Amino acid sequence: MKLSVNGTEHEINDPEPDMPLLWVLRDELGLRGPKYGCGIAQCGACTVHIDGVAVRSCQVPAGDVWGAITTIEGLGTPEAPHPVQAAWIAHQVAQCGYCQSGQMMQAASLLAETPTPSDAAIDDAMSGNLCRCGTYPRIREAVKTAAAKLSEG
Amino acid sequence: MGRLKTIARRTFLIGSAAIAGGVAFGVYKYKTPHDNPLLNDLPEGAAALTPYVLITAQSITLITPRADKGQGATSVQAALIAEELDVELDQIRTDPGAPSPAYYNTALAGDAVPFHSTDDSLLATTTRSVMDAPIKFLGLQITGGSTTVPDGYDKLRMAGAVARETLKAAAAQIHGLDVAALITERGAVILPDGTRVPYTALASTAATLDPVQDVTLRAPDQWRLLGKPMQRVDIVAKSTGTQEYGIDQTPPGMLHGAIRLNPAQGGEMLGFDPTEAEKMRGVVKIVPLPGGIGVIADNTWRAFQAALAVDVDWGPAPYPADMAGHWSALSESFTPDQQDSRFRNVGDVDAALAEDSDLAVEYRAPYLAHAPLEPINATVVVGEGRVDVWTGTQIPRFVQKNVARIAGIETENVHIHALMIGGSFGHRLEDDVVRHATRLAMAMPGTPIKLTYSREEDMTHDYPRQIAMARGRGRVKGGQVESFDLGIAMPSVMTSQMGRQGLPVPGPDLQIVAGAWDQPFDIPNYRVTGYRASELAPISSWRSVGASSNGFFHDCLLDELIHAAGADPLAERLRLCNHTPSRKVLEAVGEMSNWGGTLGPRRGRGVAFCLSFGVPCAQVIEVSDTDAGIRIDRVYVAADVGRILDPVNFEGLVKGGVIFGLGHAMNCEITYSDGAAEQENFDSFPGMRLYQCPEIVVRGLENADKIRGIGEPPVPPAAPALANAIFAATGTRLREMPFNRFVDFA
Repeated sequence: MKLSVNGTEHEINDPEPDMPLLWVLRDELGLRGPKYGCGIAQCGACTVHIDGVAVRSCQVPAGDVWGAITTIEGLGTPEAPHPVQAAWIAHQVAQCGYCQSGQMMQAASLLAETPTPSDAAIDDAMSGNLCRCGTYPRIREAVKTAAAKLSEG
Repeated sequence: MGRLKTIARRTFLIGSAAIAGGVAFGVYKYKTPHDNPLLNDLPEGAAALTPYVLITAQSITLITPRADKGQGATSVQAALIAEELDVELDQIRTDPGAPSPAYYNTALAGDAVPFHSTDDSLLATTTRSVMDAPIKFLGLQITGGSTTVPDGYDKLRMAGAVARETLKAAAAQIHGLDVAALITERGAVILPDGTRVPYTALASTAATLDPVQDVTLRAPDQWRLLGKPMQRVDIVAKSTGTQEYGIDQTPPGMLHGAIRLNPAQGGEMLGFDPTEAEKMRGVVKIVPLPGGIGVIADNTWRAFQAALAVDVDWGPAPYPADMAGHWSALSESFTPDQQDSRFRNVGDVDAALAEDSDLAVEYRAPYLAHAPLEPINATVVVGEGRVDVWTGTQIPRFVQKNVARIAGIETENVHIHALMIGGSFGHRLEDDVVRHATRLAMAMPGTPIKLTYSREEDMTHDYPRQIAMARGRGRVKGGQVESFDLGIAMPSVMTSQMGRQGLPVPGPDLQIVAGAWDQPFDIPNYRVTGYRASELAPISSWRSVGASSNGFFHDCLLDELIHAAGADPLAERLRLCNHTPSRKVLEAVGEMSNWGGTLGPRRGRGVAFCLSFGVPCAQVIEVSDTDAGIRIDRVYVAADVGRILDPVNFEGLVKGGVIFGLGHAMNCEITYSDGAAEQENFDSFPGMRLYQCPEIVVRGLENADKIRGIGEPPVPPAAPALANAIFAATGTRLREMPFNRFVDFA
């Protein structure tokens, strides 16, 4: 099986077609930014992009992947963070941080589609991502900061 | 090495003497300092100036032994040392260190003695000191009880100061200068001619000196780092997906483990048939475990799938199979025989309530899972004469001891590599996962095994928050609350939790009444009684422990009595309050919320207060009763920790604590049916979602005389403030959590 992840083509040793993409990424490719939290698309910690759109990788069978995958590792780096990541740093959003890879992938997908989202649009887009530490107020603020930065160009 | 050990002993005594003090039996033995664990593998020329500061020719490492489960413990511990050491946080590395008795937690004892946290009488402080000695003796390196800051506040700053002064002495010796002529800045000693001598260049000399013991801590107005907004040391990694947690460990050659335990927690595994599972792709081994089975496979998902495919025969639950049995056990516990404590007994409640009570109400709080988002996991390799463990834990020394016992080796040969934790809320005060991972690893010596609990296994074997019931009565007179009588029944969290570590817990369990007996109010007839129910489902400390249920019981009863008296909820609480910092947080939320101002139709405002872990916290919540259900509009919260070390982190933890308290009060419970937890995942244990999150306005006050932690205190007032607000908006009193049993939430 071939997968395009963060701009690199990977040949994977024939996983079961129903193995969720999450486990292919984590255990077969060693990309551990996407997190396992629930396995049933209830928490969003595993969120990655397929062709730029946020999906729950725990619910995408490896055999059904329809496009190029981007994980948090491909969004930006500590040295060159994506504007969403820079906003997450500026607002010090993370507490335990475990959900935040998924939160940022969800936010990046939202802003790619809706560059200046309303408060309601932010609430709609981000409510599938669970944060047990309760960082929601800062997530809202960081999304707005990132939106402003992105719309500056 | 002998000389270094001598130095370290003396050095530790400095920190130790500064925080211990007081009277204790067997004081000499208890006060013998523990060895400095950094000396065990010290590189040539490196200096371990205290158990908390390690300087080599290349780097400065600060040891931060309290576990970081998201609360920022690593950062605040590092900042406390760095403040006095004169290093910046971008110059240092942090390391949780090895489990060691040197890192015992002093502050935990404070909540184990029956004195109000606001009581500084000689008897109270003496008893706290006596309790401190056994905790040190046992070397309990525990993270919990919002104690990281109060425990480390003096100890870690002292460690930084001792190291700094010793480095200055080294520089003085090398350059033939008077120490008084030297200053320190950004990890270097500055000579009078402006030359910067980095600490790393002084390490080998400093290691040969007696540490400087005569140090004075700087006054807060001299602080560079503390008290000001800091960037957490983990924030970049956690914002770029590069933070490694326990679940991300992959030592070379590692295989993946999954587990399936009796759905009735603690029930036996009577037999199993692995035939079908063994045929599945990637499965290496199926291993019987106490109470279940484990699977070793080449991939986490394959291990999960195979664990579900094993045919297992389960024994019955060691507790009532259904909720009716749990609630009736509590209901039957309000008896003199089961009375555990009555530390609050003012006036004559029996006489005051002899004729009649203006209220007779019952409250309930359910079992709750901790459900941190990172499922519990541990990676273990059993080698020749040693075992290595990678895990996130709040109890590293217990883990070490238990792994040693299971593996049949000496404790010192168990090497714990403590890792960043993806949430805990008390879950990682348990160590079943490490015990089971060790058993799996023993089935394949030499191969590292990472055991990851599936979400379903994690949530159904969570050792949940205590179930609890309370009964309240009271009298009002002349528009005032005159009598208050609250009885609380629950099983003992401490007995259940410490029992799993083989430790007896003598005496009353203060957690049965924490957050209720210790509230700073003067009511003429005022009584709080704790009743110890029999052990039911095994339970564990959940963020704010006893106060998580008792704060709800106590404040809601008070609110009901205030309404019965026809008094104003805020004004009557203030009238009754006898503790200045507590009055100030109540006054603050009154001002912040414009208490008394009109809100409009179908809206309501509730206030609640709880003093827990020594921190008074008040909250005012505004709700709307919409056609879609109750919407939480705004929360105003004020708390007093004595001194705020990082205002940014403080605000984040307060908001997070409020959301944690509200989310569970809204819609979370663990119920048992046929002995098994019915909630297995976040679809049936949802918590608060972002769209439901209110605006939260936080004010931190610094009137209290002792420094405290903020991880837990914002939780207890959230549920009663919400219940009181819903009453104000709808006229419906909610006396049982979760509230979505009775109202919808928008």
